[in-house]
Amino acid sequence: MDKRVANTIALAVLWVAAGITVFVLFAIIGYVFVNGIGVISPRFIFTWPHGVAAVGGIWPTIVSSVYVTTLAMLIVTPIAILAAVYLAEYAVQGRLVSTIRFAADSLASVPSIVMGLFGLALFVEAAGFGFSMLSAALALSFLMLPIVMRTTEEAIRAVPRFIRWGSYGLGATKWQTVSKIVLPAATPRIVTGIVLAAGRAVGETAVVIYTMGQAINLPRTPLDSGRPMTVHLYLLAMEGINLRAAYGTALLLMVMILFFNLGARWISRRYRKV
Amino acid sequence: MAEHTGAPEPADELRLVTRATYLRELTLKNLFLLCAFVAVLGVLLIFVFVGVRGWPAFTEIGVREFLFGRVWSPSTEQFGILPLIWGTILVMAGALALGTPLAVATAVFLSEIATPRVRSIVRPAVELLAGIPSVIYGFFGLVMLRPIIAEWSGGLGFGAFTAWIILAIMIVPTIATLSQDALESVPDGIREASYAMGATTWQTIYKVLLPAAKIGIFDAVILGMGRAIGETMAVLMVVGNAPVFPKDVFSPLSTLTTQIVMDMPYAVGLHRTALFGMAIILFVVSMSLVAVVRLLSRLGEER
Amino acid sequence: MAEVHQHHEHVTTGPEKITVKNLDFFYGDFHALTKVSVGIAANAVTAFIGPSGCGKSTFLRTINRMNDLIPGTRVAGKVLLDGQDIYAPGVDPVDLRRRVGMIFQQPNPFPMSIYDNVAYGPRLHGAKKRAELDEIVQKSLERANLWKEVKDILPRGGLTLSGGQQQRLCIARVLAVQPEVLLMDEPCSAIDPASVQKVEDLMAELKHRYTIIIVTHNMQQAARVSDFTAFFLQETMGEPAVLVEFDRTSVVFTSPSDKRTEDYITGRFG
Repeated sequence: MDKRVANTIALAVLWVAAGITVFVLFAIIGYVFVNGIGVISPRFIFTWPHGVAAVGGIWPTIVSSVYVTTLAMLIVTPIAILAAVYLAEYAVQGRLVSTIRFAADSLASVPSIVMGLFGLALFVEAAGFGFSMLSAALALSFLMLPIVMRTTEEAIRAVPRFIRWGSYGLGATKWQTVSKIVLPAATPRIVTGIVLAAGRAVGETAVVIYTMGQAINLPRTPLDSGRPMTVHLYLLAMEGINLRAAYGTALLLMVMILFFNLGARWISRRYRKV
Repeated sequence: MAEHTGAPEPADELRLVTRATYLRELTLKNLFLLCAFVAVLGVLLIFVFVGVRGWPAFTEIGVREFLFGRVWSPSTEQFGILPLIWGTILVMAGALALGTPLAVATAVFLSEIATPRVRSIVRPAVELLAGIPSVIYGFFGLVMLRPIIAEWSGGLGFGAFTAWIILAIMIVPTIATLSQDALESVPDGIREASYAMGATTWQTIYKVLLPAAKIGIFDAVILGMGRAIGETMAVLMVVGNAPVFPKDVFSPLSTLTTQIVMDMPYAVGLHRTALFGMAIILFVVSMSLVAVVRLLSRLGEER
Repeated sequence: MAEVHQHHEHVTTGPEKITVKNLDFFYGDFHALTKVSVGIAANAVTAFIGPSGCGKSTFLRTINRMNDLIPGTRVAGKVLLDGQDIYAPGVDPVDLRRRVGMIFQQPNPFPMSIYDNVAYGPRLHGAKKRAELDEIVQKSLERANLWKEVKDILPRGGLTLSGGQQQRLCIARVLAVQPEVLLMDEPCSAIDPASVQKVEDLMAELKHRYTIIIVTHNMQQAARVSDFTAFFLQETMGEPAVLVEFDRTSVVFTSPSDKRTEDYITGRFG
């Protein structure tokens, strides 16, 4: 085949491939949007579901999702940031660092069902927290840890060397330099990473089913249980009870996640200059 | 005229590191190390807690009966997970077969062909796809895709084929973003050399760039494989959940992950142990894939 | 017959602030500098000149132990500050860097206000009261000849200033911790010519209070601002650099003792 003809065909195929990918994204978002938009109303958002058919609203699920995600991020953020500081500023290449990185990669790739069973065994049963926001948040934290560790470490490494040297040159210790100069300079990227991880946490299902239970509840304390939007969607869809509510839940979940994703993007673009 | 008036007093002694400072810096360093170690702690805890609950599956049911038993029927005390292993492999293989070409093609497109403007639409689209939760993919598969496939194939629409499509879409972002990074880190000089010899874009891509990036792309595929094996919710909603060897790709089947979710609510005793045993298998497989990727990266660096 | 003069220690008249004896420096396995011995006079400007890459900046950084921040570096020999070896075991490099300040080639103000930039150092070392900080900030900016230009815009970000102003801000920042020595690593190479003049004038004022060492690849600048000049050279690739000649600036530039110096000064290489 003439090489130019082959080239043209190949390029066309590549364009089609990219087109398919983008099309699928819009198809999914569009499908959920079109079917769900009619369901969304203040009543849907702010009232409780009742009855076998779960009619009404999904307010407690919204609260549960936000509650558990916030709790998980509060738990994981300080640990992940300090861990990243260690890896970026103090660690020397060696067996210890390799082990830590291997462990982090492994945690990141653990199937969520395994993490859910782990949460069940450790937090719900062994530690005695029962089905609760706390158990779910702790399990989610282990899932989020490697993600936030990695983005924070990259953020720290991106701070230019000569800014740090300016600080050392004035007689600052390592911790003073890290805490007063490096971390503040890396903050936009760190925050972006946290927001992206939060978006991931909101979308988790398997992990929270086994650590939070499925009972619909409005959580007040971390030991309360609840049902997040993801589990609610799963149950509605699988049991076929109320497809309308399922679409509405899916749309709200989608909106929440898009909010996190686009929010992270906005943050990183706004602070790109520094 | 060197004057010393107004100049700061020169110190008489070089300051030595005080014990307090030394201790403080050491404490801080160890505190951070402890935080980094939480990751290792996590892995160990998972081993312990899942392992302790699941290990009896291998001892009490017996490795042969458990791993190679062809019948999964807890009600009759039969815990053979071979159909589930087969289900996992079947679903994963099909998803990879469909998803990898699409993902790599998209990656090549982004890296070599797209203009910056087009790239600024497609790459974020890929990243957004990565952010869609699996339950929504499953939901989409269940209400949108299944009826279409049911009509087309005459069956229920649950089965490996449906799972392939949904799972393929789900792993595209993983494979595409990593492959794009691998392609973009190939130095430009190589491209220029190829073009200078009169090669077309496509020839440069498949003769020069893809081979150059092959380790990175392979890593991406392995990670996609890990994702496919471990995916639960989306597969659960489209696969039909019948723990048997499917007769064709349009028949219901089950995977290790989906079976755990289906049975967990009511599993007790040995049944529950078997489910934890399956979790051990999943965990070991995913860690092995990570180890493979790390090993390959290290080999690639040494070259 | 080029012969390295060994009379460096006797060149300076008056007290030596810094004395370096037989310094060798290694980046891992790479031997970067060998047998450097020099005496830096107090309250004077000493210039380090030489072709680029010959180790002048590396040597400068050994004087405030900034090279400690680079993993794998090693020092052999002595560097004495007021007669005491800064590489002796147990010496606190953090406090050393307060006494021996550094200005970098690329102006590097912190991403904070002008005020906070200058106050950063004093705050590190315990200054807290607003009145005290105000006074230090003003005095440092005055000494850096920047006060008049920024006194009304102190809350503005340090990065909003021009290149030359940023560099003077960095100087003010260092002055705020009351150092005794100022190490300047090519301070003028990244700023505009008009500001270069200002920084050079500043050096002439500052030397009355501080000991200044400047690394520069600009020979005319070295001739203009310095009292003493040290010429470094890496003769062959892969070999460590040496200190070829050290003398009063007037001598180095008009009647250098070493032919290599003369060749460099007259532009035959580098």
